[in-house]
Amino acid sequence: MKLQIEDSELVRDYISGNEGALEVLINRHNQRITSFIYSKVLDRDITEDIFQDTFIKVIKTLKRGKYSEEGKFLPWVMRISHNLIIDHFRRNKRMPMFEGSDDFNIFSVIGDDKLNAEKQLIKDQIDSDLRVLVEELPDDQKEVLLMRIYKDMSFKEISENTGVSINTALGRMRYALINLRKIIEKNNIVLTS
Amino acid sequence: MEKIYSNYQEQTGFNKVCPKTINFLLSYSQALYEFEYEDLSFETFLN
Repeated sequence: MKLQIEDSELVRDYISGNEGALEVLINRHNQRITSFIYSKVLDRDITEDIFQDTFIKVIKTLKRGKYSEEGKFLPWVMRISHNLIIDHFRRNKRMPMFEGSDDFNIFSVIGDDKLNAEKQLIKDQIDSDLRVLVEELPDDQKEVLLMRIYKDMSFKEISENTGVSINTALGRMRYALINLRKIIEKNNIVLTS
Repeated sequence: MEKIYSNYQEQTGFNKVCPKTINFLLSYSQALYEFEYEDLSFETFLN
């Protein structure tokens, strides 16, 4: 006859430092808790997440010595998972989740504005190359270009800041771009990703 | 028929979380260290 150690004894063992007791507890109640969570959320990944969060709370409570022996272990764990299921649905209500189907994937319509790591690296490289090229321009052209492109100032603001007319500022910007193109062509620089 | 039924069961039920989740919890438990200092409780992870 195989004797089964009581949950309460395993909990005591775990609190006193026997990590193996936790493994027995998790494996013993894995099926009951997983089925319970899955029956409510009907999603495997969410079930795994809630199961994991449940036991993280269990572990923290036990390690802090806050677990009271008054109740039984399994009903206590079920109550934690029940509360986490409610939290999950509350969150989802605030932020509804769209589930795609095999025929339609929402990510083919909407995209993330952020560049992926490779494109970000290329963009950073182009930006830094361009900075070097801008440094080659005459000071008056460089000043206007930096104000317009990097500081996003209008030509009116540029003329007020530099003490030249709007037409002069426009002309310097034009020459700055022409000169940048010349430097790029002369040095065979590729500035596209 | 028996086979089809068991396949159907597999698709609709979910009985146990994967061993990866359990292993994570066991590692988490081993690494977690709780201590108190002057009525404040701290938690830290030991490697």
